[in-house]
Formats: sequence, structure tokens, C-alpha cells
Amino acid sequence: MADKKMALIATKGTLDWAYPPFILASTAAALGYEVEIFFTFYGLQLLKKDLNLKVSPLGNPGMPMPMAMDKWFPVLGTALPGMESVMTMMMKQKMKSKGVASVDELRSLSLEAGVRMIGCQMTVDLFDFKPSDFIDGVTFGGASTFMGFAGDSDVSLFV
Amino acid sequence: MSNFDQELDARGLNCPLPILRAKKALNDLDGGQVLRIVATDPGSVKDFQAFTRQTGNELLESGETDGEFTFLIKKAG
Repeated sequence: MADKKMALIATKGTLDWAYPPFILASTAAALGYEVEIFFTFYGLQLLKKDLNLKVSPLGNPGMPMPMAMDKWFPVLGTALPGMESVMTMMMKQKMKSKGVASVDELRSLSLEAGVRMIGCQMTVDLFDFKPSDFIDGVTFGGASTFMGFAGDSDVSLFV
Repeated sequence: MSNFDQELDARGLNCPLPILRAKKALNDLDGGQVLRIVATDPGSVKDFQAFTRQTGNELLESGETDGEFTFLIKKAG
């Protein structure tokens, strides 16, 4: 079991989509997998020291809204200023009440379990991010770095 | 209920926390020692089966009473 490997690519930077890579990574590590995650484009937001992730109801018809708002609230209303903050706050409260871990906690647990995190250097350059924006323990590289690990991994997913 | 060496209260925690906490608790045990876990996440029933199968630890017992799931896991080695 010690030799199994999982390679993930994390491409999304919203609160909801932060969960799949960190849940899979922390769990796989607990099962004895060696895990590496390659964070590219908006996925790099998940490596920021200051995790300010949001969830948006805009353009997201699959998202259940509080008070069954998705049934009567006009779609255009989801574009109103402040909606994102309100929905993010409500989502975080809901998660807490259901015993769902915070993204920060899952990220820490992943790092603690030895999950390696690679930031996409090209994206860092593209968006003018600073190395100091990111948590300790992140290394930076490109597609070739990812392939070096993914090439002989047992599970490889694009999230 | 059989004997155990340590107990983990995972009530109120949702996926994947019960597994992660159990893994941590097992790290502190010696081979052959038994961890008892109490959880309320219904998904944990299948998850602990899969966890033990993949890690080589042994699921000695698994049961439910009043919405609480209990597991006895014997550490491998």
C-alpha cells in the first residue's frame, strides 16, 4: 500500500470547489497514498495564506439556496451586489452546523500528512502573484513537474 | 462490547474527518491495540470498511444504536 500514488490537478478557486482536492488528498494520505497536487489558474487561490474563498449562486443553477430561494428568486437577482458575500456566509454557517471541516483545516491536515503542493509557475507570473502570498511548503513548477509524478501514479484526477 | 485501548469521539463530524481523526489516533497505538470510534456520520459505515481494507487494520466490530455508529479497529502489526 505504501507505494500507491495519487496525482491531482486543482483548477478552481471557489469555496465549494476547494473541497474535492483537499478531501481526496487528506483521505488518500490517511490510506497510505503518496499524494501530489498541482494547483493551476484559479486553483492557486487555494494556496494563498489569506484564504478568502467565496461561493457564488451566479450561473450556478445546481446550488440549493436557503429558504428555497432558488424556486422563487429571479436568476438576475443572484447578480446583485453583496449576494456573493451573503451566500458565502450562509454556506460557511451551514457547513459548520453539519460538522464539515473548513478548507483551512483540510489544507493543514493534508500538509501534515505529507501531501506535496505544487503551484503553477506560469500562473504565478500571469497574475503577478508574489511568492509571499502563498503558504510555506509550496514548491513551484510546470506541467513537466506534474507529469514527473503523475506518470507513475495510480490515481490521477483533474478537479 | 469488547475491550478497547483507546476511544475516539467523532460524533458530529462529517466526511472525511472521522477517517482522518481515526488515522491519527491509530498512529499513537501499538500494533494489536484496539481503537473504539463513535460517529454519527452514516457514510462512516462504508468508509471505515474501505479504510480498514486498504490500510490492513482489522475492523473487529461495527454497529449502530440510536443513530450512533460504533467501530472497533485493531491496529495492524
